Amino acid sequence: MSAGPDAGPAEGSDERPRDLPHDRAAALLGVIARSPFAQLMGLQIKIAGDEILATLPFDEKLIGNHVIRALHGGAIASFLELTATARVHLAADQPRQPKIIDITVDYLRQGKAENLYATARIVKLGRRMASVHAEAWQQERAKPVSVLTAHFLIGG
Amino acid sequence: MPPPNKDAGSPARNDRSEFRQALLQNKERVTAAIPFIREIGFQILDADDTTLFGVLPYREHLVGDPETGVVAGGVITTMLDSMCGLSCALRLKSVLQVATLDLRIDYMRPAKPHVDILAEAECYHTTRSVCFTRAIAYQGERTRIVASAAGAFAITGDAARRDLAAGGGAR
Repeated sequence: MSAGPDAGPAEGSDERPRDLPHDRAAALLGVIARSPFAQLMGLQIKIAGDEILATLPFDEKLIGNHVIRALHGGAIASFLELTATARVHLAADQPRQPKIIDITVDYLRQGKAENLYATARIVKLGRRMASVHAEAWQQERAKPVSVLTAHFLIGG
Repeated sequence: MPPPNKDAGSPARNDRSEFRQALLQNKERVTAAIPFIREIGFQILDADDTTLFGVLPYREHLVGDPETGVVAGGVITTMLDSMCGLSCALRLKSVLQVATLDLRIDYMRPAKPHVDILAEAECYHTTRSVCFTRAIAYQGERTRIVASAAGAFAITGDAARRDLAAGGGAR
């Protein structure tokens, strides 16, 4: 599937191997697999080129209000944050995980006791900073549950 | 809606103090009743009229990056969101009566691994329909802030809304 480490260019070289994005995707999936918190959440990520589709499969442990059966706001924010981080990781040619600077989350609708999906897009990728927008939805893509704006420090 | 009763300040405060004591007596039960808080494992320590104090013990399963051992940003987000939400209860005299409208978090520095994270959340203003909150998370000294938060919460429970209107301060 993925090229071995030998396939990469020598350090300091300007050459980029053709399959770098694929390598980055594999590396990203590895980072998520090794992250205890991403595993605790049950985060699933699908990468298609430079697009990301994240899934948070419903689990009882994600509930924040058992009376109205709503997902916890913190769980939704964490999921969006993980999705945004993954998107920056994919875009930035950096071995280290991007560092989060700030997030703003708008809660537009109640998160129901069902699967939650999210995607993220880069608004601006600079040399040191990235601005990212992420959106989460449930049954209808056009009815977002929450949206997030986040800033990251890359390669710091 | 009835007009705000300006003389009701001190009885309302007494009510609040009673609620606060009841909340503190049942603090384990309050957090245990919320599955995602149970998962993260933070605990309520203390409260005054408007501010809630809590602690998040360091646990391996909360780590975001195993290479650094630093707790994931989402864990701090969840703690601050929950603390802000629960701080509304101190004013509304009832738990689970609010839904997060928006939440802003600034991550000042990575949390040190293997060190508990302390947090304070204050509900500093309420209207008939919204609670305004702010919070900090820190380690060791109160000046060593890991993250700060500002959150607005919609008041969803009718009972809480009525109580607040009767207790003054509603707008």
